[in-house]
Amino acid sequence: MFNIVQARFLAPGIKRFVLEAPRIARKQKPGQFVILRIYEEGERIPVTIESSDPERGTVSIVVQSAGKTTHLLNSLETGDQVLDLVGPLGKPSEIANYGTVVVVGGGVGTAMAYPTAAALKRAGNRVLSIVGARNRELVILESEMRAVSDALMITTDDGSYADKGFVTDKLRQLIQNGTRIDLVVAVGPIVMMRAVAELTRKENIHTMVSLNPIMIDGTGMCGGCRVLIDGKSEFACVDGPEFDAHSVNFEVLVQRNAMYRDAEQRSLAEFQRVLSREESDQEVEHTCAVARREQP
Amino acid sequence: MSPTAKKSLNPLSPKERIKVPRQLMPEQAPEARARNFEEVNLGYDPELARQEALRCLECAKPTCTVSCPVGVKVKEFVELIVAGDFLGAAAKIREDNVLPAVTGRVCPQEDHCEGKCLLSKKVKPLGIGYLERFVADYEQRMGTHALPNVTPTGKRVAVVGSGPSGLTVAGDLIQKGHKVRVFEALHELGGVLVYGIPEFRLPKQIIREQLDYMREMGVEFETDVVVGRTVTIDELMAEEGYDAVYIGTGAGLPQFMGIPGEHFNGVYSANEFLTRINLMKAYKFPVYDEPMLDLRGKNVAVIGGGNTALDAIRSALRLGAAKAYVIYRRSDAEMPARAEEVHHARQEGIDFQMLTAPVEFLSDGKGWLTAARCVRMGLGEPDASGRRRPVPIQGSEFELPLSVAVIAIGTSANPIVQSTTPGLGTNQRGYIQAQDQTQRTTRKGVFAGGDIVTGSATVILAMGAGRRAAKSIHEYLTTGEW
Repeated sequence: MFNIVQARFLAPGIKRFVLEAPRIARKQKPGQFVILRIYEEGERIPVTIESSDPERGTVSIVVQSAGKTTHLLNSLETGDQVLDLVGPLGKPSEIANYGTVVVVGGGVGTAMAYPTAAALKRAGNRVLSIVGARNRELVILESEMRAVSDALMITTDDGSYADKGFVTDKLRQLIQNGTRIDLVVAVGPIVMMRAVAELTRKENIHTMVSLNPIMIDGTGMCGGCRVLIDGKSEFACVDGPEFDAHSVNFEVLVQRNAMYRDAEQRSLAEFQRVLSREESDQEVEHTCAVARREQP
Repeated sequence: MSPTAKKSLNPLSPKERIKVPRQLMPEQAPEARARNFEEVNLGYDPELARQEALRCLECAKPTCTVSCPVGVKVKEFVELIVAGDFLGAAAKIREDNVLPAVTGRVCPQEDHCEGKCLLSKKVKPLGIGYLERFVADYEQRMGTHALPNVTPTGKRVAVVGSGPSGLTVAGDLIQKGHKVRVFEALHELGGVLVYGIPEFRLPKQIIREQLDYMREMGVEFETDVVVGRTVTIDELMAEEGYDAVYIGTGAGLPQFMGIPGEHFNGVYSANEFLTRINLMKAYKFPVYDEPMLDLRGKNVAVIGGGNTALDAIRSALRLGAAKAYVIYRRSDAEMPARAEEVHHARQEGIDFQMLTAPVEFLSDGKGWLTAARCVRMGLGEPDASGRRRPVPIQGSEFELPLSVAVIAIGTSANPIVQSTTPGLGTNQRGYIQAQDQTQRTTRKGVFAGGDIVTGSATVILAMGAGRRAAKSIHEYLTTGEW
């Protein structure tokens, strides 16, 4: 059992949890992730580590509601527990002084990009960060990213905050302005990472992306997280999750991530149906309670 | 009185013993069990067990014990069955084997004790596995495990991995008075016994009972720890105060064939397929959240001829597959799977496509598997493994329509522990180097055994390594000599 010592929404559907996990907190490095399971019948899902506090023995994770498990997770509060939390998994980001690094965070991927940006900054890099989100409300970790970046650019798809457009627009501008870029690190939705990869491939800029395939054990045992890298199968959990963006077959990643779409939708629909029934039960309960109080 | 001087309790003469037929194992009818996950073999009752035990010739030099990787004293425990002392028989096995209910079910006895049984020169060998299973189950039903009396040594041992070799090390060392803590990467204990071997061959309840017994003896367990990531071997020794570490991390990364189309949706590694079913209970979706592809009415094939392959395809059949194929590139004689499993699988209606290999997976154009293009093989000269090398037959290609293909052709070394433990020697294939008899690695105080040393093998061979390691760890802890 792992205790949730703090739970707070960063944006609609995106929640940050601080969990007691002393072993993980001691070892976590930027770029790594955890796998968690909420309860006995639950599935194992990989989750981003945003930061850790070795002194307090806590790790912070950031979760976006997508399927049943993440919806359920995001309904948990301070004082609740999750059954299993294992990590830190995957190879850490390779941190060195590259010169100028552009760190791109898309949506909830910003939470994974943040510790890498911070470490790159500490290593002496000039860090230019680009954070993208669908709209104003979904921009997360803005002040944190600003604190570890020499410059921070923000885009929203609908223009409701900062500049309207995509992260690739900003990256293209940087390139067109003649900014010397030694490395790009991009973490976010697959479409975003693929767009970044296509842009930097033409410019021959070394680019790393953090992949999020379907995963079970996270230790290399099951091979479910295999991704095609230069036409060869590699395992995201032991060989990654970060790979050279120009070697990744994104099409296969999209295809494999859709493998259980039907089951996932069924699970979520069932969960929401139960939830709404419970809510209406609570409403009935509430009405009854009010009625009882109002009786003379 | 020494055991050899003792008069036999067996009333039958050797000639009479040979005439007693091998007692058949009661089992679920093939047509019924092919659709459920309950155990195939139902187990002997006391009468069948005694009848079978009477067949033992009580050899002066028991080759069964010599050929057993953990050295179970077969003759002695069988004699106790003849005497009706089933609990005594269980205790006798436990002197050498901490998991008798497991090995009684999954050990390839034909390669060890039963294969060397003198009876097998004339008739069928003694049903040693069946007898072992009987006494282990009997003991469990009686609920009377004797707890060994031990004097604490004050030494602490960390065991990495809770599979068969790790549990053997833990069970042996706790009885020597050392403190033992087992670290497991997954959320459930048992390693391959829980994620790999299906319920119909090894009910999970049996593992839980064995683990409870180990807890009673004082073994501590910690799940959700990936040694090499969550904590390193060096940290266990330098910071957490362990005097010795045993690495039994088991089967590694699943191998793929490297043929076109292996990334299509519907192509699984056997480890993933079996983990979804056994560990994550995906077949109970949506009660359990982990999904798997619906196999009902589908054509499913497994590629490979080992126990893992048969476990996977027999599971697929139980999950409603319309056709369930084993595609194996060699012939029956070379199949590494346990003989009883092959027999059971045939009874259940598994279609064996022998001397056949897939050369490409085909899809619907949207990334979903639709078929395997296969080629028939002939057998050529023996290869490095001593088995005849399969050679493709020109022009024999054909397409087998499939929705799901499970690749069960073995594993390669998992690098996590090796890459985070400086000075830990590995061989060319990345497995940990360990001395044959002592299981010592190149690092002082660090021992290793099981699949992470040998590559994919069997439960009993992993337990044999655990046995040798426990002896060697005990020597190291008592003498301090390396």
